[in-house]
Amino acid sequence: MLSIAEIANSLQQWLMATFSPGWATLIEFVLVGTLVLSFFAFLGLVLVFMERKVSAYMQLRVGPNRVGFRGTAQTLADTIKLVVKEGLTPDGADKFLFNFAPFLVLITSMLLMAPIAFAKDFQIWDINIGVLYISAVSSISVIGVLMAGWSSNNKYSLLGAMRSGAQIVSYELSAGLAIMSVVILVGSLSLNDIIASQQNGWWIFKGHIPVIISFVIYIIAVTAETNRAPFDLAEAESELTAGFHTEYSGMKFALFFLAEYVNIFIVCAIGATLFLGGWMPLHIGSWEGFNHIMDFIPSSVWFMGKTFFLIFVIMWFRWTFPRLRIDQLLNLEWKYLLPISLFNLLLVTFIALMGWHF
Amino acid sequence: MTNEEIKAVISEYSPEATFDETGTWLNVMIQATDWLPLAEALRNHSALDFDYLFCLTGVDWKTHLSVVYHLTSKKYGHSLVVKAKLDDRNDPVIETVCGIWRTAEFHEREVYDLLGVRFRNHPDLRRLFLTDDWKGFPLRKDYEDPINMIKL
Amino acid sequence: MLEEIGTTEQGDLVINVGPQHPSTHGVLHLVITLNGETIKKVEPHLGYIHRSIEKMCESLTYRQFIYSTSRMDYLSAHMNNHACAMAVEQGLGLEIPARARVIRILMSELTRLASHQLWWGAMAMDVGAITPFFHAFREREMINDIMEETCGARLTMNYMVPGGVMFDLHPNFQVKTKDFVRFFRSKFDEYDELVTNNIIFQERMKNVGRISAEDAVSFGCSGPVARASGVSSDIRKLAPYEGYDQLNFTEALETAGDNYARYLVRMQEMRTSLSIIDQLIDNIPEGDFQAKTKAVLKLPKGEYYSRVETARGDFGVYIVSEGGTTPYRIKFRSPGFSNLSALDHIARGCKIGDLVAIMGSLDLVIPDIDR
Repeated sequence: MLSIAEIANSLQQWLMATFSPGWATLIEFVLVGTLVLSFFAFLGLVLVFMERKVSAYMQLRVGPNRVGFRGTAQTLADTIKLVVKEGLTPDGADKFLFNFAPFLVLITSMLLMAPIAFAKDFQIWDINIGVLYISAVSSISVIGVLMAGWSSNNKYSLLGAMRSGAQIVSYELSAGLAIMSVVILVGSLSLNDIIASQQNGWWIFKGHIPVIISFVIYIIAVTAETNRAPFDLAEAESELTAGFHTEYSGMKFALFFLAEYVNIFIVCAIGATLFLGGWMPLHIGSWEGFNHIMDFIPSSVWFMGKTFFLIFVIMWFRWTFPRLRIDQLLNLEWKYLLPISLFNLLLVTFIALMGWHF
Repeated sequence: MTNEEIKAVISEYSPEATFDETGTWLNVMIQATDWLPLAEALRNHSALDFDYLFCLTGVDWKTHLSVVYHLTSKKYGHSLVVKAKLDDRNDPVIETVCGIWRTAEFHEREVYDLLGVRFRNHPDLRRLFLTDDWKGFPLRKDYEDPINMIKL
Repeated sequence: MLEEIGTTEQGDLVINVGPQHPSTHGVLHLVITLNGETIKKVEPHLGYIHRSIEKMCESLTYRQFIYSTSRMDYLSAHMNNHACAMAVEQGLGLEIPARARVIRILMSELTRLASHQLWWGAMAMDVGAITPFFHAFREREMINDIMEETCGARLTMNYMVPGGVMFDLHPNFQVKTKDFVRFFRSKFDEYDELVTNNIIFQERMKNVGRISAEDAVSFGCSGPVARASGVSSDIRKLAPYEGYDQLNFTEALETAGDNYARYLVRMQEMRTSLSIIDQLIDNIPEGDFQAKTKAVLKLPKGEYYSRVETARGDFGVYIVSEGGTTPYRIKFRSPGFSNLSALDHIARGCKIGDLVAIMGSLDLVIPDIDR
């Protein structure tokens, strides 16, 4: 059966056979870089289109339906518009930080792409501390947001950035603790090990109620971390006009926008990997026949299916809930989510020690 | 409380007040100088209790100005119209009632803005609708604006 | 202006909210002083849409000036016209036909529903939920269609004239209105599910923006804002006009005085309006839709004041006549103006997010305030 992993392998063998090992590695770097960038752009287009369609159907509209086949080229047209637009830099802004911030945010989300397993044996970087790497790198994006808000020399931006800082720093704790519960059950930080451990069932089914609680907390925390409604206080359209990116225009604004959507993709991919088995098909214990049928569905389809399901859930939140206030947001984290996840972690540890999980 | 009783109470506080009962509500005509003590009485007298100032406006009568207060009592349901006469058209001054009915703060600013009535002791007497450097008071009958006003 | 915008000595942050801001619903300009996220002071700057309608009306005849009032509170256009028509009728001593009275009530209640629906959507949008706005507009569209058929306009409607209404009802009116009432009733539970019972929404609204009954009276609040504090202020009950006293309805009252109470009062008012429409829609009397009036109206010398209950509260028209064909002085008592004057008092000590919610719950329409 032809799989993405096989294509990648044969490509590497061909490169190794044709060029010297140094050149081959260099060419691979370039190839992977190009692929990540194009995947990035493609993701942005798809997710923006998806969000517009999802919101449209929730709001009794049809959404974009003019450009391209049923409006599919609408986001492409929007991107072209944004690229040719002038990117203004306000007079009083700190020019260097102002122009650097969108790139910092974008680079952070690009880096996060590295350890994600998109399909069976298809991964950019099989690092043995994948989970740690993800939680470490994802914290950097808040610096970009703070930078953007502060350097804009605009009070709305500043308020948005301060909100965003408080919010991301707090919710990282819950997200981290939720991830930890799976790490404890598996006993490894490597994403490949975590996926492999879900051969006979996904963690959300195997880990009893504590893992389900972790999963719910994870989804809430990452919704907040990616500044999505109902936790979109950093942008808070009706309060702060556009929050930290009030002063951004043209492509610099588009980069923030793109980074937001790629971040959603990444957190959902990680959620799918940790709790829903990543590319692992749905296997139920010892039902050999059923498991065999599930194996016929390509692993990349499984991965993308789960990820996009989670993305849809997060979009669903956005178009249903009102926004929280800043003090309610912090209360929710420090008074409810954090204690619950700490206690939950204890339960998970107990389950792991006693070997009660399946 | 009937109009007669209200009249009796008002006459106690401002003996020079005249009354007019032709309209829907009882009208009281007073001099601007008598206004503040009467206003306090209207608000605080237990039998009157006019706690709701629902309309405050001014009229330019060419010879003089008047400020019109529409009052009602939420407790008793009776209403009253007080018309304070301001004789000096060049510098009309009347005492503010911001401290008695807090809504007056905005309404008085509006009357100041459009009719030029100064409210003494008003906490923040500035123009409300028009720009700070606007000349003249548009709702006065002698107001001229050759550019923006169209004469029919 | 620059000094005003900068940070003041005490370390306060001064922010200009508006005149171009997504949640001021128009061109309201608020200068807010902040301590962190907490509001210390709100100072409204008005006049961005001031057209001096009162001055304009002084040179318009009693038939003409009514049309400018549709441009004030454009969401309660019928009720504004109604108040003006009533003031003129009061001056002329005109008795209007029974059919015209019922048509006026029906139109007013439909307008109130349309206005409250828009408020409901905007209120939800102010606290960050965008979807309800579209749901509200689905129903509002039906009212707009009914209005379009009968009076030719969808927003700045001019239908009520001294002596009655301008035209008779469109033949489809009864059928369409009944369809609308049936449809809207079935969707009203959806409103509750989507917004009212939402835990985040309740957290955002309850105990925020509280105003006591005494303050509400002192600030001259009217309409739902006053009723949410427990102040009975429905002109339809206090000073019934056009036969509202013959209808069976109750005034919506809440006592909490916070955002949520104002929300509940308006939701209750929508139900009240539906029941009023139910009572009248099958009982529209036959007859003239307009009383006979002279071509040129002349009001006798005197002063006339008429009040109606618009969607925002007590709307008053004060006409001073010197006996001519045009008013000598006219004053519009707009409910939004008095409600806005309480904003500073209500919003102090709240967060920025609350300010937006409070403005939403006060239901400010800026052209109504600026006139």
